[in-house]
Amino acid sequence: MTQKIATREAYGSALAEFGSDSRIVVLDADLSKSTKTDTFKKKYPERFINMGIAEGNMMSTAAGIATCGKVVFASTFAIFASERSCEQIRNSACYPKLNVKIGATHAGISVGEDGASHQCIEDIAIMRALPNMVVLSPADAVETRCAVKAAIEHDGPVYLRLGRLSVPVLYDEASYRFELGKGNMISDGSDVTIIATGLMVHTAVEAGKLLEQQGIKARIIDIHTIKPIDSDIIIKAAKETGAIVTAEEHNVVGGLGGAVAEVLVQNYPVPLKMVGIEDKFGKSGKPDKLMEMYGLTAENIVQKAKQSIQMKK
Amino acid sequence: MEIHKLKELKKQAVLIRKHIIDEVYSAASGHPGGSLSCTDILTALYFNEMRVDVKNPQWEDRDRFVLSKGHCAPALYAALAEKGFFPKEDLVKFRSADSYLEGHPSMRYVTGVDMSTGSLGQGISAAVGMGIAGKLDNKDYRVYAILGDGELQEGQVWEASMAAAHYKLDNLTAFLDHNGLQIDGNITDVMSPEPVANKFEAFGWNVINIDGHDLTQITEAIDKAKNTKGKPTMIVCATVKGKGVSFMENNAGWHGTAPNKEQRDQAIAELNDILSALEVE
Repeated sequence: MTQKIATREAYGSALAEFGSDSRIVVLDADLSKSTKTDTFKKKYPERFINMGIAEGNMMSTAAGIATCGKVVFASTFAIFASERSCEQIRNSACYPKLNVKIGATHAGISVGEDGASHQCIEDIAIMRALPNMVVLSPADAVETRCAVKAAIEHDGPVYLRLGRLSVPVLYDEASYRFELGKGNMISDGSDVTIIATGLMVHTAVEAGKLLEQQGIKARIIDIHTIKPIDSDIIIKAAKETGAIVTAEEHNVVGGLGGAVAEVLVQNYPVPLKMVGIEDKFGKSGKPDKLMEMYGLTAENIVQKAKQSIQMKK
Repeated sequence: MEIHKLKELKKQAVLIRKHIIDEVYSAASGHPGGSLSCTDILTALYFNEMRVDVKNPQWEDRDRFVLSKGHCAPALYAALAEKGFFPKEDLVKFRSADSYLEGHPSMRYVTGVDMSTGSLGQGISAAVGMGIAGKLDNKDYRVYAILGDGELQEGQVWEASMAAAHYKLDNLTAFLDHNGLQIDGNITDVMSPEPVANKFEAFGWNVINIDGHDLTQITEAIDKAKNTKGKPTMIVCATVKGKGVSFMENNAGWHGTAPNKEQRDQAIAELNDILSALEVE
């Protein structure tokens, strides 16, 4: 059976692993046990700073520390990172292009029982609209480790979108090659392309298998870097498969679907269908049940893929 | 402070005030009132206190300065230009599209600016971050910040104040430019942050009350802050908005208004008179 690890767990482990770099400082807003920055804290307590329940101050403080040559990871739930402290991220970190890396956990509705107030479904739209910001949305534990490494190496602010729920490990750590700004084609196909991000990548893989049973060959692409987005891989998919479906655990307004649409309409328009949360709030419930209720399933991807194919001329 | 040094600082402050008037006049926009009220604090910092090197602006052991009330960029730019970080002639290009002198301070464009500011409340948090970094690296540099009194209405100031005391940032000294006015009028009418000194004391800061236009008091307060261990210092400076220009003093209308030619000439004439008086003193 496939191993399951939450991307927040992989984030904490990666911080501890790469924490030997003394430039790394980790900030949290009283959620270190949930964001998993406590893994770093145990290993490097002198470089872990709890900022208390004050996210706006945390982001600007992170920026101040970064001006002194540090690489600062600031962690909290995605909702508080991207929305409560949005303007601090914009003006204190993005405008001066400082090394502030935002580890935003508990993204999406798979947060589950905590309900709508804690389920962030707007962060991709908001964070990718900020100049100088890089937005990463890894699919599994292996990709998360690579994303943390890439964030450390990148000069400037990075938003890391991470989840609470344990998700299947898709990639092999020894062989997986991650390149910031490049999509990863998981499987080739000629009839339709499924472009997915985050935990929807493994759902897209499942959908690909269901489509194959029905004689439809789907290309599957993992977009771990939402910004800068890999236009080349999207345009190539449009040319070679002629139909696209996107899949994300995010509002269909302004997220991965929006980013892909921006590339397509300006370069090579083909039919596009989006699987995501249909512009409404989440609710409390078991994560699996919620994913079903909100249409974040392999079956829905299959249905939308077929619709996209039908729209081809 | 010796008499000669004090006189030099006083003259320096007048030169900065003249630049402020010409920057805002040339741009036909900007914030003269608050720039003039924090001029003496900036003068004491850049011309008597701070360890900076104009030949090596990014020197990692330098003292840091954050203008948390970023709209008073004209005063900071004037101090930096007088110090030699960039040509004084560039000041009159303030706020123009072909200049690097942004309306609010940008650390990416303006040599000598340690942190980009402009959105109130964020600068003091960044200064806290610099203080934390100094402690992490066992550096002996000091961090200075200037806040506006209207700025205290931003909740983030209090989040940052809590953090500064919690982490015992005795390498951080902040100045409150307490001129009592904000855009919409008296701060006590708009949304009173009073009693400010008691509030910072309650938040765990060492608080010193001074006349923010008395250079001797400013430098003595800085010395006291340097000798205070285990807590940050807030120097509450009683100031006059528009200080040095008679018709701008204590008038909220000059918060964000540029003088016309006639007003500019009168302001410069008044400042020249102060300079002449200092020469014969």
